[in-house]
This record gives sequence, structure tokens and C-alpha cells, in this order.
Amino acid sequence: MSTTTAVGGSSAWGRAPDVVIVGAGVVGAACALAASRAGLAVTVVDRGPLAGGTSSGGEGNLLVSDKPAGPELLLALHSLGHWQDVAAHLEEVTGHPLGGIELEHKGGLMVASRPETVAVLDRIADGQRALGVEAIQVGPESLPDLEPHLAPGLAGGVLYPQDGQLQPVLATATLLAAARRLGAVVRTEVEVTGLMRTGDRVRGVILAGGARIEASRVVNAAGPWAGQLAALAGVHLPILPRRGVVLVTQPLPPLVRRKVYAAEYVSNVASDSAGLESSAVVEGTPSGTILIGASRERVGFDPAIPTAVVRRLAAQAVELFPVLAGARLLRTYRGYRPYTPDHLPVIGEDPRAPGLIHACGHEGAGIVLAAGTGQLVAELLTGAPPSADLGPLGPARFEGAA
Amino acid sequence: MSGQSFTFEGRSVPFRPGQSVGAAVWAAGDRTLRTTRGEADPRGLFCGIGICHDCLVVIDDVGDQRACITPAEEGMVVRVQQGAVPPPAVAAAGHVGPGELLTTEVVVIGGGPAGMAAAAAATAGGAKVVLLDAEARVGGQYWRHGPHGLGAQHHAVEAFTALRTAVDGAAAIGLLTHRPRHRVWRVDPEGGRVVVHAVQACGGAGGEAGGEAGGGRPDGGGERPVTVAATAVVIATGAHDTVLPFPGWDLPGVLAAGGAQALLKEHQVLPGRRVVVAGTGPFLLSLAAGLAQAGAEVAAVFEAGDGRGWARRWRSATAVPRALIEGAQYAATLARQRIPVRARHIVVAARGRDRLEAVEVARLTGEGRLVPGSARWVRADALAVGWGFTPRLELAQQAGCTLGVSHAIGPAGAAAVVADAEGRTGVPGVYVAGEVGGIGGAPLAQVTGRLAGSAAAAWVRGVPSAPDGAELAERRRLSAFAATMHAAHPVPPGWVEALTPSTIVCRCEEVPADRLRHVVRELGATDPRTAKLLSRCGMGWCQGRVCGTAVDRLVADVTGRRPGGFVDARPVAAPVRLASLLDPADTPRPS
Repeated sequence: MSTTTAVGGSSAWGRAPDVVIVGAGVVGAACALAASRAGLAVTVVDRGPLAGGTSSGGEGNLLVSDKPAGPELLLALHSLGHWQDVAAHLEEVTGHPLGGIELEHKGGLMVASRPETVAVLDRIADGQRALGVEAIQVGPESLPDLEPHLAPGLAGGVLYPQDGQLQPVLATATLLAAARRLGAVVRTEVEVTGLMRTGDRVRGVILAGGARIEASRVVNAAGPWAGQLAALAGVHLPILPRRGVVLVTQPLPPLVRRKVYAAEYVSNVASDSAGLESSAVVEGTPSGTILIGASRERVGFDPAIPTAVVRRLAAQAVELFPVLAGARLLRTYRGYRPYTPDHLPVIGEDPRAPGLIHACGHEGAGIVLAAGTGQLVAELLTGAPPSADLGPLGPARFEGAA
Repeated sequence: MSGQSFTFEGRSVPFRPGQSVGAAVWAAGDRTLRTTRGEADPRGLFCGIGICHDCLVVIDDVGDQRACITPAEEGMVVRVQQGAVPPPAVAAAGHVGPGELLTTEVVVIGGGPAGMAAAAAATAGGAKVVLLDAEARVGGQYWRHGPHGLGAQHHAVEAFTALRTAVDGAAAIGLLTHRPRHRVWRVDPEGGRVVVHAVQACGGAGGEAGGEAGGGRPDGGGERPVTVAATAVVIATGAHDTVLPFPGWDLPGVLAAGGAQALLKEHQVLPGRRVVVAGTGPFLLSLAAGLAQAGAEVAAVFEAGDGRGWARRWRSATAVPRALIEGAQYAATLARQRIPVRARHIVVAARGRDRLEAVEVARLTGEGRLVPGSARWVRADALAVGWGFTPRLELAQQAGCTLGVSHAIGPAGAAAVVADAEGRTGVPGVYVAGEVGGIGGAPLAQVTGRLAGSAAAAWVRGVPSAPDGAELAERRRLSAFAATMHAAHPVPPGWVEALTPSTIVCRCEEVPADRLRHVVRELGATDPRTAKLLSRCGMGWCQGRVCGTAVDRLVADVTGRRPGGFVDARPVAAPVRLASLLDPADTPRPS
């Protein structure tokens, strides 16, 4: 047996880490801060730079509106509460309001063009309200007051004041910086190529080049690559990438106050179609640019940003906000949303590989679910009772399905 | 005055036909064209060629129009743009639809020395060619000119005339279609052909397509989607100035060297009365000589290098006597005009109230560091500064070409497209010519253009290319000379020492140096992309074209790594109105 080499695996306090978190995206960062705040010695590793994957490929959504009543919505509500706590901590640490991560509860507005769709929205909103979501019916006459530049002729909508946004790369980096202050070690651009194991039990990671970091727990926060990390422990985790493209306009004066999206977005989120699906999601940002989403394609890790998708998104955005026809497109980017067959994340220790705790499969909801996931992972690590129902999120739930 | 005029901030500004709004305003003595969104700081012309977007003005109530490339028109009402302005109604902007679809054999993107040579060679090889150029007139930056044609500032005029004749001749027999004022925003190789997505600048409301005769405001006028489907593409998109920040570099009156050159060559406007030229590279001498000949007082040329690089590489330098003769001519002109050329000097600050009044320069040590206590102020109302050139790679990158970083490519260790001697990239049907394959100047651009154009025509015919041996040898010789030039004109490390915490690095997003360093030191950015996403450097109008080199180097300076010739992917190569994306006729069906 080879000797174990400590390579920055010891924390600032000189201890070997209690936990190695694989993945320096927003979920891994939130886990790192929560575990550090719980008093654990944490090492975070990522083969790329921080937030180099899904966390820098989305819009920074903190949404409850797009989640019908169910386990994911409950998780989102749980997580929004923890975001408040995390933001308060970041504010204290950084001295910037809410940690300077551009966190804004600006509200989301779901709109529909036909009365029958409005009725569907209302039914969804009823279910959401029963779980504690604030959802306000908006008649067509009130839409212009909320969003003066919306296309005329819409049939109505629902306003979700809890919906918010943050800048996901800033959030990830700030979470990691706060964790480092508590002793966490963050090592980017090191690749995990294997897991140290005794029998089925996972007890550390092996890095490219052969160095090892020993820890009693390993957290899998590898986003769309989480299935590959699980495979290193010999367990099957059906997490696949779903490509999403975002358009960025020129800087503009404030034209779109909230996150505004067309009702079809909800059905696309839950869809299992492999082809291109898209619906307009339009929002302003503090920097003045307007972000336009959202497309969904199951095409693996294909890095392309197809021109046809760009055109479709532009057309849908202009349909919703005609004023944008004259705005210029400056940039497009894409991300891979890690999704599972039932569109729920995987959070929990893997019974097939004890010591391996999954925190992945958040699809397009990784930002909103990050704070809560961090809290749940910290609870798992410290043996505290879980603050949310982990039942539907178990890692072994896909066994036999494959 | 009997000539034409428009109003700027209520004052009448005369202009000559073909002059840009920005050039005419500059000639009239005004300097502030916009104020920034954040600090409401004044900005003026900077890059001069439509890259930096620092000169956005409001014309006839339509904002976000680049004064530097918008032709002046009689009766325009031009205002300083304050911060961000709402988008125009597309009808008011004169959006013209539906889109147009052209099919051809070879599409050449860029009408500079490389693109002209490629287009001429491809037609000589029997291929049908569409030549797309963002400018109103062929010639690129090197032969940039106004409606009056080439003048005393231009070199190798006979080469231009020959290329122009070849292009016009091919057009006359229907083999070539020249489409000026087309901005390409996307290149997609798909299924054995290449689809090029562009927008054509159209005149104002109800106006006609822009062309040589003027009209066709690049920003404020309409855009008309134009798509070209071709068997092969030659990407000859050229380069823009490499610039680096220093305190006060955002003051109106500080220009990129190429911007000053464009004012002079195309618009016959002096960047100022008393001009300082600074940076590194032979281009500075050419610019200074041109300015002096045109009547500017050139206070001095401050060259960061000291000639030792040339002396060490004398053999490859003498292999291109034409360049040495040109250099000697510039030096003679400067000597005649008693213009001092100071080696091992660098600009460390610019000062003035709302416009440049003085430039601070310092001496450099042999290692390129600032000599303490050596700084002195030089009075000037214009500063032209350049650190060599940065290839415009976005279209090649979109097409899937491999980029390589080479310290032989440019003084900043820039990236360029990896291609063979005939410009053939790893992507079938995609060729590059000129500066995108490595900064080498106009003569090399013409050689690589001829080679790539011939190779592309052969590809279309389905026959092996037969490059001329003499051309290949000429290419090697000029490439070696370019490598010598880059090695002799490195960017000295002293520029970093001149930065203060509040020095703006990203002009678009007004990001100061300390913010960029903060995201590296405190927030864990280890590479330029992450630093960009955390600091907003490079996320504005110019998409990092201006600050990219500085960000790459400053991040490396903090991390202790080697700068990597960072090239951010730009899936949208030119800002394009959403309205121009809507027209389904613009999307050709797969054949």
C-alpha cells in the first residue's frame, strides 16, 4: 500500500480534513461554508477554476415560482431561508451588504398569453400557496404597472415576490472565501482521479499525479460530472447534462424590473423531451444587461451554442418585451444543468459507498438549492437531525431503474 | 461656410463628405462624446475603428451610435450620450427586412490587405467569391482611406491599386461580389459548407443599403440580416491595437495608436495639435512621421524598447530590406522635423480636466522597470499609444479553429489561429489569412491572403492546391521578420508598476485595478475568465477586446503564473440587434 501524502489536505489548524468536497461550484461552496461553520475541517478540490462549470453557465436564479407543489419546492423554501442566514454571515464577514453577491429578491412574474393558460397558472399557484409560497394573481390590467414594457394583450399572470437572483460566480467565490476564513482549504485545478476506499467505504480522494487526501467523508458536488465521480466509487448515479443557452444584451437603463417569463417555462422544466425546448425568460441585472433564456437540450457535453437556438431565444424575448427588438446582443453563453430522471437532486450518504455523500443533480435550481443543500450536508456530516425531508432525495432511489 | 454641417450639443459642426461624426466633432475641438454609466466620466474617441464603443453618441434621438465609424450627414442632431439609453424602436432605427441569402463558393471576411489578396487569388483560381467587409471601402486598417482615396500617409499604394483593380475586375465579370458595411457576427461550419451570418448597415428610416456613396449608419441606421452560404471561407479579420492601462488613459485625447492613424488616414483630422506617440513597435515611427507630415506638432515618440532586440537579430531583420528602408525613411522624417525619439521610455500617467493636457513619462531600466524619480510631464493635447496589435480571432474561434499561443506572434504573447502555410485550419473549408494567423504586417498579410485564397479555390474545385514555391519562401521570410520584430519590442513590466489602485482597467465597465486584484487575491480567481466573471472586466460593450491583454497579464502578475494569451470565446462577434435575429428567411435550410 502506498503512503498517504498530505498535499494541502491539512487545514489551517494543521488537522487532516474531516471532509473533502469535490466541486468548487455554488453547491460545493455552500457545503464548504456550512461544514466549516459547523466546526469541521474542510478541503475543497476542483479540476477547474472555482465556479467553472454549471455555476457560471446560468442566470443565478433563486426561484420558487417555477416549482409546482412537491419535494423540490419544499427544498427551495427551506433553502431560501438558509440563503438569508448565509447572506447575513457573508455580510458580516465581507462588510458588504448581503456579501456583495448581487442578491436581490426582486420577484418573479409568470405571464400567460391565453386565458386557459392563466387558469393553469392559478391552479399551480394554489398548490404552491398551500406550501407557503407567496403567489399573487395579476390581472391583465395590472401587468403594465408591474412591467411597463411587457407586450400588450397578455391574459394575466402570477407574481412571486420571493423569487430572486444573485450573481452566481460572485456568490460561489464569496462562499469559498468565507469558508477559507474558517480554515477551509480550497484547491482548484486539481483533478480527482480516484477515491481511496476500504471495502465499500470511501475514505479520501486520489488526485491526478497520485497524491491523496484522506478524509472520513467525501462530498460529491461535481455537478453534471457527479455521475463520473460516483463511478469512481463503483456506484451508478444517473446524472446527465442538459444544455441551456443564455443571451446577454448591451447595458440598458432599467427596462425589466423582475424576472419575467412565459408560462410554457414550467412545462419545459419538467419535460423529458430530448429536443430543443425554449420559452422566454427575461430579466435585468444590476449591471444593466438583460439576460434572456431559457433553452433546454439534452445533447451531452456539446459545447456549441447553436445559431438556431440564439435566434429562437431572441424571438421569444422580443415577443414578451417588444422594446428589446432594438437592443443589441453582446454575448451568449451556455451551461450544463445536471439532471436526474425524476428531476430531483441527490442529497445523502450513499448506502452503497459509505462515506460518500452526494450533493448533486440540482438541474437548473442549483443556485436556489445551494444554501439548503449545504445545511443538509453539514447536518449529515455532524450527525445532526436533518432539517428537511431527505426521503425523496436518496442516492439509491434509481437502483433497478437502469 | 458653404459646406455641410450637423449640430453637436446645439453647435454647428462642419464636415467633409465621408468624415465620421467623431472625426468632425474632434476637428471642431470637442472631445467628450459620452459620459460613463458609473462615474459619469467623460470619454472620447479611443480605438477609432468601432471596437471599443467608448465614443457612443445620440444621433437624431437614437443612442449607442459609435461616433468613430458613423458617417456624418447633413442636418444630424448629435448629442453626448449620458450613461445607458433605451433602445430605439426598430422602425425608428430603419430596420430593413427581410433578410438576404447569398450562396457562393468562397466567402472572404475582411477587406484589408489579406482579404483583398485572398479574394483576388480565389477568383483567379476560378472560384465565385463574396467579399464581406465591415468598412465602407476596401483597404482595411493599413490602407484605410476616405472618399478621396489614398494619400501621402499611405504606403505601398501600388500594391493597393493592383489589388483594387483585381477585385473590381472580378466584380465586373460577375465572379466577385463586394459587400461593404457588412458586420459578420457568426460563422457556422455545417455539413460540408460554411454559413456566415452578417448584418448590413442600412440608411436611416426607409433608407437604402449602405455603400461606397455613404449612408448606411453602422449603428443608428437599420440593419439588414445577410447570410452567406459558401463552400469555403477565408477569415481575414485583421487586428486591432493592443493597449494597456495607465492612470488617466480614459481621458478624452488619449487614443489608441491605430485610432489616431484612422483619424489621419480616413478623415484627415489631426488627433491634436501637440501629440505624444508612445508604446512600442515600428508602427509608432510610421504614425509619428504621418502626423508630422500632416502638420501636427509631435512632442516626442516614447519607445519602450531600445533597439538591442534588433541588433541581436540582425540577420532576419536584413532579410526584409523593404522594411528597413521604410524604417529609415520614418526616422529621417522625424529627424528632419526635429522630433525626439526616446528609447526606454514609457507613459505612466495622463492628466487633464475632462481632456488630456499633459502626459507623464518615465525612463525604463534595461529590464523594462520604471526608473525611480525619472518621471516628467510633457504638455500634449493628444496621446497615441500602442503596444502592437491583437488578432481578431472570434470568427475563427466560432468556426472551431485551434488557437495557439506564441510569443512569436505579438509583443504581448498573443494567440493566433493555428494553420498551415496556405492558411488551412483544422476545420475543413475554413482558411485564415493575415493577422489572425499571427501579427506580421501588410506584406505578410498579402502573401498569406494569396496562398489562402488559392487554396480555398482549389478546395472548392476539389483539386489539390499548388502553392507557389516563391510565395511560400516569401511567407517564411516575412514571418521570421515578424518574429524578430515582436521579440525586439516586448511589453516591459514597468506598465504594471505605473498602475494605481483606482486606475481603470476595463473602460466599459469602469473596473479599477484594485477590484481586479481583489478578485484574484481575495476571491480565488486563478485565471482571466474567472477574474472577468468576478470583476466584470471584459463584460461590457467591447467584450474585453480592449482590456483583455491587460487582464490576462494582471491576473498572471498576481498569481505568479505566465500570461496565457487568454482569448475569451465570443459567440457573438459583433453586437447585433435582436430584431436582426428574428427573420426566418435569414436561416438557410440545410442543402
